[in-house]
Amino acid sequence: MCRFRVLCLETPNTKTTYEHSLILSFIQSTLSTTLYQNYLLQSEPNKFSADTLQVGEMIVNMGPQHPSTHGVLRLEVITDGEIITEVAPHIGYLHRCFEKHAEHMAYNQTIPYVDRMDYLAAMNSEHVWCMGVEKLLGITGQIPRRVEYIRVLVAELNRIASHFVAIGTYAIDIGAFTPFLWLLRDREHIQRLLEWVSGARMLYNYIWVGGLYYDLPIGFEERCQEFIDYLQPKLDELDTILLENKIFIARTANVGILPLDVAINYGCSGPMLRGSGLRHDLRRVDGYSVYPELEFDIPIGQGLVGTTGDCWDRNYVRALECRESIKIIRQCLERLTGDLKRTPDFDPQAACPKKMRMTGTQELYFRGETPRGELGYFFRTTDRSDVPFRCHGRSPCFSNLSVLHEIAKGCMVADLIAIVGSVDIVLGELDR
Amino acid sequence: MLFEELRDFIVAQFGEESILATRTDNQQPYLVLATERLPDICLALHDNAQTYFDFLSCLTGLDNGPEAGTMEVAYNLYSIPYDHHLMLKVQVPRNTTPEQLMPQVPTVSHIWRTADWHEREVFDLLGIYFKDHPDMRRILCAADWEGHPLRKDYQLQNYYHGIKVPFDRHNEFNGFKGELRELTTTPTPFSDKREKPE
Repeated sequence: MCRFRVLCLETPNTKTTYEHSLILSFIQSTLSTTLYQNYLLQSEPNKFSADTLQVGEMIVNMGPQHPSTHGVLRLEVITDGEIITEVAPHIGYLHRCFEKHAEHMAYNQTIPYVDRMDYLAAMNSEHVWCMGVEKLLGITGQIPRRVEYIRVLVAELNRIASHFVAIGTYAIDIGAFTPFLWLLRDREHIQRLLEWVSGARMLYNYIWVGGLYYDLPIGFEERCQEFIDYLQPKLDELDTILLENKIFIARTANVGILPLDVAINYGCSGPMLRGSGLRHDLRRVDGYSVYPELEFDIPIGQGLVGTTGDCWDRNYVRALECRESIKIIRQCLERLTGDLKRTPDFDPQAACPKKMRMTGTQELYFRGETPRGELGYFFRTTDRSDVPFRCHGRSPCFSNLSVLHEIAKGCMVADLIAIVGSVDIVLGELDR
Repeated sequence: MLFEELRDFIVAQFGEESILATRTDNQQPYLVLATERLPDICLALHDNAQTYFDFLSCLTGLDNGPEAGTMEVAYNLYSIPYDHHLMLKVQVPRNTTPEQLMPQVPTVSHIWRTADWHEREVFDLLGIYFKDHPDMRRILCAADWEGHPLRKDYQLQNYYHGIKVPFDRHNEFNGFKGELRELTTTPTPFSDKREKPE
């Protein structure tokens, strides 16, 4: 064993005899482990080559194991001193074959997998998935009103929680620790509320095709109202401690400016697109679920402290969206305690289809607004089967991150961290 | 613009033969285009002031299986100012045997840059090559992965860098003693167990 190891560590320019290679292949076949020399000495795959670098340039790998990349993302960066000349993201470290799984499961069985795609906003993902399947089945109009309002309520709660993580971790990237602790404290309340509703803190499997798993627990509406009243002043605190913070503004204003036409051409959506100044929200544009009946504004970036479309604007849009979500939750609670009050005979699973067989081969692309942007599912059904022939998830982070090399070129290495953080990626959804 | 108007728009500019089929019995009607005309038509749809499809929502590759012998790419276009949707499709022969060339579709990444990564994903998972794409590498799977996982006849490789890939002794390792249940269902007329006639 020891002798083998010595042989392995010989440098490549020693004479490799036939016996030597035989021993090497013997080690490989019997131990069937990876020889570290063969695979681990350099990061791969690489887009750029060291041979074509200009004088003074170097290739730096950021990630995949680094907290500021928000997951397992590797950025291959060419820097000239402190200035970035090229950046290429390498993704796929968290690829979990969602689409392959979805091709082997019935539509209702896939809902837990959908949760695990965007694990910070599972309710929103479930909501979009279930609406897509309902549209395929043609039962969109049959969902009870109370179910629709509960869905919107929990989805907006989850949206706030997701934005809190986005803003909080972004603050950490910039170097502010306190906002993160405050935001996670408030997110904890939301998680407990949702745990009370569904039994799980992050991955809920609560919204079902055609209905919900349970009705809201008794007393939930009152507790949620109390929580919203508690949360409103906390958002003002957030503005003061983070968004108006001088250091935060200095680090994020005029950094990573994303012009609107570039954003559209790269398929950016959600706060990325709105931060660049376009009032485009699928909750309004497509008007799905009960959103047309609800009053809320669509905040956009205006370049209040810098230029429209910079990192500060994207974050500002997220902070304002939390306020809009609170507005929506207030209206939902009003309806849920008013004309859509809980009744003893209310069955949240009443409209759930007993069989999910589609007739004929149908194809449908359905999209909805999650905290990160336009989440879409492309379905192709098979005749008389409850298993999709093909299911493709269009992830908002995927398109949002693809614009990175466009906006990060020419900035400093420290600004790259600020830009990646402001995109708000969730790698689980990016890699699917 | 309605679907028929968009169809007429394409026919007026590129002729009847550029559209191979029109499907309106689908939930979202779509056009099947002649593969080599795809970039020109997309560019016209993107640039023309009447259509202005500035947003490529989704790009999906589909494998119809070795029996059908075809693969498809579906494009979901969206126009932000007009709020129009349009689904386009191209169909290419599947070229199942290894001697044949990979199926090829012209790229649209020069029109919508978002197609860059989406086309890489389709290349990675389904093995459709996009001609004139600037950077056709794998994106989700490892660079030296074998095969294209979303093809219907995909077989897992046995070993990847000395690591066994199919984890078939999962139950044994985890102390599962019950009856094995088939989770994956093949779409037969009565694959749904709840409704099987006695």
